[in-house]
Amino acid sequence: MKNREEIYEIMDACLLAGRIMLRCGAETYRVEDTMQRMALALGVQQTHSYVTPTAIMFSAEDGRSETTRLVRISERTTDLKKVALVNDVSRKISGGTLGLEEACRQLREIESAQLMFPFWVQVLAAAFASGCFVIMFGGGWIDVLPAMIAGGAGYYSVVLFHRLIPVKFFSEFLASVIIGLFSYLFIVFQLGNELDKIIIGAVMPLVPGLLITNAVRDLMAGHLVSGLSKGAEAFLTAFAIGSGIAVVLSFL
Amino acid sequence: MVYLEQLITSFIASAAFGVMFNAPKESLVKCGLSGMFGWIVYFVLTYHGFGPVIGTLAASFLIAFISQIFAKQYKMPMIIFSVAGVIPLVPGGLAYDTMRNFVENDYNSGLALAVKALMISGSIAVGLIFSEVLNHVIKRNIHPQKQ
Repeated sequence: MKNREEIYEIMDACLLAGRIMLRCGAETYRVEDTMQRMALALGVQQTHSYVTPTAIMFSAEDGRSETTRLVRISERTTDLKKVALVNDVSRKISGGTLGLEEACRQLREIESAQLMFPFWVQVLAAAFASGCFVIMFGGGWIDVLPAMIAGGAGYYSVVLFHRLIPVKFFSEFLASVIIGLFSYLFIVFQLGNELDKIIIGAVMPLVPGLLITNAVRDLMAGHLVSGLSKGAEAFLTAFAIGSGIAVVLSFL
Repeated sequence: MVYLEQLITSFIASAAFGVMFNAPKESLVKCGLSGMFGWIVYFVLTYHGFGPVIGTLAASFLIAFISQIFAKQYKMPMIIFSVAGVIPLVPGGLAYDTMRNFVENDYNSGLALAVKALMISGSIAVGLIFSEVLNHVIKRNIHPQKQ
């Protein structure tokens, strides 16, 4: 039987892992699974967790009494590298090759590390993705360059606006207005051919693909609350993009 | 020629999404591969007259299948490989057309397109889930001692 101090430390490690994963866009069921496995490997037999996209509740039993803790998640991004790293740590803990203290240290390191690609690389990636989507959706090669510029500008502005105004809906709305304007200008100056193809390609980096797939997988795995709230978030993003484009289109 | 064009662009697009989602550097090529295989299945099926729903279903099934193989091989969560691969299948174009029709006051075609977009998103999810369930069943039956 573990004493109270030890239980607290184990819960700290589990919650830290769960918090990083949830912040970085892992599925809800994976977060619950990871926390439970870690706790089991570190010696707590009975745990219960309830994970939603905005909070983690985690309780551990030590025979007589139960300890419950709550962590609030306010900001969510997509950072699959951190998900992979935490997954690695939890795998090592389950395998017994990593102790509690060392695991805590590594997790703290992961949490504070800045692992994202440089911003200009991300913008460049968004631009290339936009250009490729034009071809994939049956557009001509003439529309690739306009879509790349519009898509890069859209991705750049969504990040920029989000720093200025931390309301996701608003930054996505403004970014898609910018995409619409850029695409429209390209058509006006006859640098592009089909307005539709340019806009569709340029909008793709903003589309909430990860959210939609995670939402449905959570729903199917029985996490109804997180599935629905992720679905709502995805719908809101799609709506923001759509209305941003719609604003531009309605002035044409 | 058409296929080559599609193969190259879908590979680049999926790998670029891997960069945007900050997938680990060594997995970027695999992200691109899973996206490429998924897209080419979708493209071939729709090109030969199967509907986009069937095409999406088959493609997302294949993407999840490939991602599981990668996940097992490289000991990383499956989500890393599947997310970037699924992006090309997301009905962004349809969603755009829907919105455009609504703006132009053509609500009937807008609604029809919206339902179609919903069907396609649903079939992405069903493809992923089918593949995962199949994987579970196989794992349970072939390696029962591990459970």
